[in-house]
Amino acid sequence: MSAVTAPERTFRRRVADLIKRRETSVVVAIVLVVALATSVNSSFAFGRDGWRNLLLTPSLLVVLAVAQAVVIISKNIDLSVSAVLGLTAYATGEMFTAWPSLPIPVVVVVAIAFGSGLGAVNGLLVSRARVPSLVITLGTLYIFRGLGIAWVGSAHIKPSDVPDSFERIGIASVLGVPVLTMVAIVVVIVAAFVLGSTRPGRELYAIGSNEEAADLYGLRVQRRVFFSFVASGTLAGLAGVMYAARYVMVDSQAGSGLELQSVAGAVVGGVAITGGSGTVIGAALGAVLLTTISRALPIVGVPDFWQQALVGALIIAAIVLDRVLANRHARRLVQEREPNVEPAEVAR
Amino acid sequence: MEEPIARDAVLELRSVRKTFGPVVALSSGSIHLERGSIHALLGENGAGKSTLVKIAAGVYRRDSGEMRLRGEVVDFRSPAEAKRAGIAVIYQEPTLFPDLSVTENVFMGRQPLRSLRRIDRARMTAETISVLSGLGVSIDPDRPAMGLSIADQQVVEIAKAISLDAQVLIMDEPTAALSGHEVERLFAIARSLRDQGRSVVFVSHRLNEVFELCDMATVMRDGEFVASRRVDELTPSEIIRLMVGREITQMFPKTEGREPGRVMLSVDGLTRAGVFRDVSFDVRAGEIVALAGLVGAGRSEVARAVFGVDVYDAGEVRVDGAELAPTDPRAAISAGIAMIPEDRRKQGLFVDMSLGRNTTLILRRALARMGLITSSAEYRSATEWTRRLQVRSHDLDSKAGTMSGGNQQKSVIAKWLATEPSVLIVDEPTRGIDVGTKAEVHRLLDELAGDGMAILMISSELPEVLGMSDRILVMREGEITATLTRAEATQELIMTAATRHEVNA
Repeated sequence: MSAVTAPERTFRRRVADLIKRRETSVVVAIVLVVALATSVNSSFAFGRDGWRNLLLTPSLLVVLAVAQAVVIISKNIDLSVSAVLGLTAYATGEMFTAWPSLPIPVVVVVAIAFGSGLGAVNGLLVSRARVPSLVITLGTLYIFRGLGIAWVGSAHIKPSDVPDSFERIGIASVLGVPVLTMVAIVVVIVAAFVLGSTRPGRELYAIGSNEEAADLYGLRVQRRVFFSFVASGTLAGLAGVMYAARYVMVDSQAGSGLELQSVAGAVVGGVAITGGSGTVIGAALGAVLLTTISRALPIVGVPDFWQQALVGALIIAAIVLDRVLANRHARRLVQEREPNVEPAEVAR
Repeated sequence: MEEPIARDAVLELRSVRKTFGPVVALSSGSIHLERGSIHALLGENGAGKSTLVKIAAGVYRRDSGEMRLRGEVVDFRSPAEAKRAGIAVIYQEPTLFPDLSVTENVFMGRQPLRSLRRIDRARMTAETISVLSGLGVSIDPDRPAMGLSIADQQVVEIAKAISLDAQVLIMDEPTAALSGHEVERLFAIARSLRDQGRSVVFVSHRLNEVFELCDMATVMRDGEFVASRRVDELTPSEIIRLMVGREITQMFPKTEGREPGRVMLSVDGLTRAGVFRDVSFDVRAGEIVALAGLVGAGRSEVARAVFGVDVYDAGEVRVDGAELAPTDPRAAISAGIAMIPEDRRKQGLFVDMSLGRNTTLILRRALARMGLITSSAEYRSATEWTRRLQVRSHDLDSKAGTMSGGNQQKSVIAKWLATEPSVLIVDEPTRGIDVGTKAEVHRLLDELAGDGMAILMISSELPEVLGMSDRILVMREGEITATLTRAEATQELIMTAATRHEVNA
């Protein structure tokens, strides 16, 4: 028997791995889109507003895509994130109206906790009732949205309802980086750390990769799944607060449609819808790419009705690419193992 | 019955019983596993080996009996508990996380941590490398589990067991899917585990492997402990005698002395690379031919190929003299073949459909008038067959999935008999059904043969094979190794043909 050949941890291999990563190709795509749009209209990336919007606009969807990635990695999905965002955004405004003396941090914390609570509802239903999360969260998407309509009615939060200092958070920048973008970056870093380097995080990957094996390993599957939904609700709550700060106008339909955009962002960023693989950094970059493309398309003169179709084509292309690469990878792994053996013999 | 020899035991099970509803899977299982030994667990299919293993592994909980680990009474409620106590099972096809690296597969759920509860990746990888090289195996610890050969997947499971410091490793038919040199590597690993003072339980059907590898052997039969001996005190024929040495007291409703008619099903040189080779046999009208052998010998695969569900590479199938097109189940059905598969819930019944609809499903074409099937025609046909088979169900509208195993089996048979076949292939016709229904199914098979049907019966139950069939074909690892007449067949002859693997007695 030969001894273990130590894995080649050469610089070259690292570079090769980096180039092959999905994150890298998404970054390249973002750069290309920005370059293209800027060449048509230089204010897309340059100038004070251009730069700010470039960073600020994706930050909401980045947070939601990270929330979505956390649940998709464990082979679940959370379609209710947009409704949670809507409810918490409105709750934020309502608290300012009802108790004007409440300090902003308290309002923010309460609103986020509200999101956690809604996530816990999802988590309980999914982990206890053992019903597929697609069905559960589709249900809670409508329920939360319905509750919002019952609560808000035709009312809406106006800029005059919130304190100026809160409104300023939505547009403020520090050293050229908008505050909300910083929040999103912190979210990505924390989530990447938890999913990449802690037991609960790795266990989510394990559950998504093979739930039966996770049971056999003695992982607490239901508990982990429950907390992944709490995390997703919490992040959606945070996104709600960010929404309120950024747009200030909040009605009962705030955030509609973001649930699918967040799924799209995660998928484009390489989070496999079948669970077990992908990173939150990829999901965040996917969200940035999607937002940037939909802002760039009108600038480069793509007609309205083509824009959505293009985004759709991008999502499908990403999934097809995943499939093709995964197949090629699997074939290569088999070939490395038995270079001279026909597939039929391998099966035997 | 002998009692296990009492000596310093790591794991001991005594008179352990497990039932699933009316089916007794294990009536009295015992094993006495010594420290630092490799212990073979032997028995026919259905002897209760797997049930015993699963109880030790915490997959099932015993109904009664004793289980001791290092002298302490234990009762595992989950595989994870058994694992924590130091019992690890290496299954034939391990359950790993395909997307995660080999290292993560070894350490999932108990990764080493450093500050901030971070996973200590460097340490984890180093430990994996050291365990793997201790096993003398070269697998990249950073590669994903996806794409690993079965043998390497087993090695990952073994590495996991070692890093858990498991003292008992149970290998459940680990060699079934391995090539020759992979088996050698596994044996080398098993021996080094033994030399480290761990204990290995080795479940296998291959007697030569038992003699090559094991120190002790425990034989089980019909859910009971039979004997436990040192392997060097045993011979292959003794083991076979212990495995099959039951008195056949059960009576079978077999009409003897019928003259078989002309050849209805003729299989010639059927081959599928890596699955079965050069399988040839005839089944005559009015004859029941049994296809005996161990699970995995390729019997069901032959049946599926004959019926046209699976492809084959060479050979031909003739029904009543006419050649049958390969891979065309519709052609097989219209030529007069019916096949009742083993796994009826998956392959034989539409469990969510009504009994009546299930019975007539294959007849859709015959029953259809201008493309439409009337409920009344469906009912008439279904009523007749379910009545003849005495399927006990409230009515034809009840869902098939809600019926008992025996009634499900009978309604699958009804479904196929309604096509009025001339050749009937049944795969394990009485597995998992109660004694009363078994007898009914046997009577039915005899009756059908009396009506001139040619029946090919795949069965792992030796009494059933001996009691019901006119001729017996035994398969081993894809080949027919014996053809026996009713008069000459014995349990020992069948088991010898089914297990002998380069062993001469």
